Amino acid sequence: MLAKRIIPCLDVRNGKVVKGVNFEGIRDVGDPVECAEEYNKQGADEIVFYDITASFEGRGVFLDVVRETAKKVFVPLTVGGGIKTVDDIRETLRAGADKVSVNSQAVKNPQLIKDGADIFGSQCICVGIDAKKIADHKWTVYINGGRVDMGLDLIDWVHQIEALGAGEICLNSIDADGTKEGFDIDMLKAVCDNCSIPVIASGGAGKIDDFAEVFAKTGATAALAASLFHFRELTVQQVKEYCRSKGVIVR
Amino acid sequence: MIAIIDYGAGNIFSVKNALDYLGLESRLVSDKESIKAADAVILPGVGAFPAAMEMLEKSGLIDTIKEEAAKKPFLGICLGMQLIFSKGYEFGETDGLGLISGSVVKMEEPELIIPHMGWNKLEKLNDCPLLEGIGDNEYVYFVHSYKAECADANIAAYSEYGGRVPALVWDGKNVYGAQFHPEKSGETGLKILRSFGKLI
Repeated sequence: MLAKRIIPCLDVRNGKVVKGVNFEGIRDVGDPVECAEEYNKQGADEIVFYDITASFEGRGVFLDVVRETAKKVFVPLTVGGGIKTVDDIRETLRAGADKVSVNSQAVKNPQLIKDGADIFGSQCICVGIDAKKIADHKWTVYINGGRVDMGLDLIDWVHQIEALGAGEICLNSIDADGTKEGFDIDMLKAVCDNCSIPVIASGGAGKIDDFAEVFAKTGATAALAASLFHFRELTVQQVKEYCRSKGVIVR
Repeated sequence: MIAIIDYGAGNIFSVKNALDYLGLESRLVSDKESIKAADAVILPGVGAFPAAMEMLEKSGLIDTIKEEAAKKPFLGICLGMQLIFSKGYEFGETDGLGLISGSVVKMEEPELIIPHMGWNKLEKLNDCPLLEGIGDNEYVYFVHSYKAECADANIAAYSEYGGRVPALVWDGKNVYGAQFHPEKSGETGLKILRSFGKLI
């Protein structure tokens, strides 16, 4: 049986992890390569690097981080942030990423999903979505880090994404993000019921039971968290052991 | 030296990184002589079956691959594994390399999330040198939408996903194929690549 994936996400700015991590034994708490190695040891099923650099120079440093990590960590690496063109996708994959995550740019230019999938394969095109509830069972898609409402219906967008050839969706709930009150179960269920590609749950994880709950109540095949793992409130290993004890299949 | 065939398909650097990490000498190659000179050959690849066969055809490597696979350890990974079969049925029928008889078909059981993406357990079916040291509860990383159909005798290990998915295949001689990505399967994948290196 396919195992549910637990995915830590590292936000990187100018080659450094944002929000210092307090891992024991790590010399530089801001070094993304060391953080990725630590997550790998904890049993992370995949690692996400999110580039929040604004400058051109920062982009080069970021790709060096990806390159170095790919030499030491042998689990899938997903890279998001700042990917606007097919050339950006190519450059990121060549640096050692296995998948790219496109978000705002995919909304502005959906053709990017299709071109990326046609050239590099659906398996490496993950579409990140930030969505917010506007009414019962109705959500709209936001871009630019959740700042701009595109007035685009979430479920319509999911159908479009799938038709364009995306291999995976990473669904972040703006309402749940940062609350630590659990994943957005209603929104995840709505999306999982409306597509047949894998969905990663993102936003809201605050306690260990949130992970077991999202797998029990929705069709999400993976759950992602950043600060929870950053601040070592939980380790990936603890989450997986707990999920296993609740009957969830994990690696 | 292990030749990693670079024919323009997929993330070949991951395979090279993993071999480097294990201290196994390797080179990315795209010419006949290098493949002939190598001690072992890896055929990686992601993407579509017909496009990959066309690229191999254009590069003029098909006959060399067939000849060399009879003489030295040969490992196909992901799409590279699918190409070793006789036929592929992605966008119509395409001839594969035919190193193991079988075909590659779309996974389309209802209710199944496609691609088969993530970590799945290796269920051992037959002895195989690449399974040395692999326990009964080890997971490997898959990303694919098509699967092989071949004789049980050629299946060293499978995974369950809407039925049996051949994960590791072997012709009993030199030709191995991994549907999963050993270079992305953590310690388990590294063990499998190390075992492949030992065949040299």
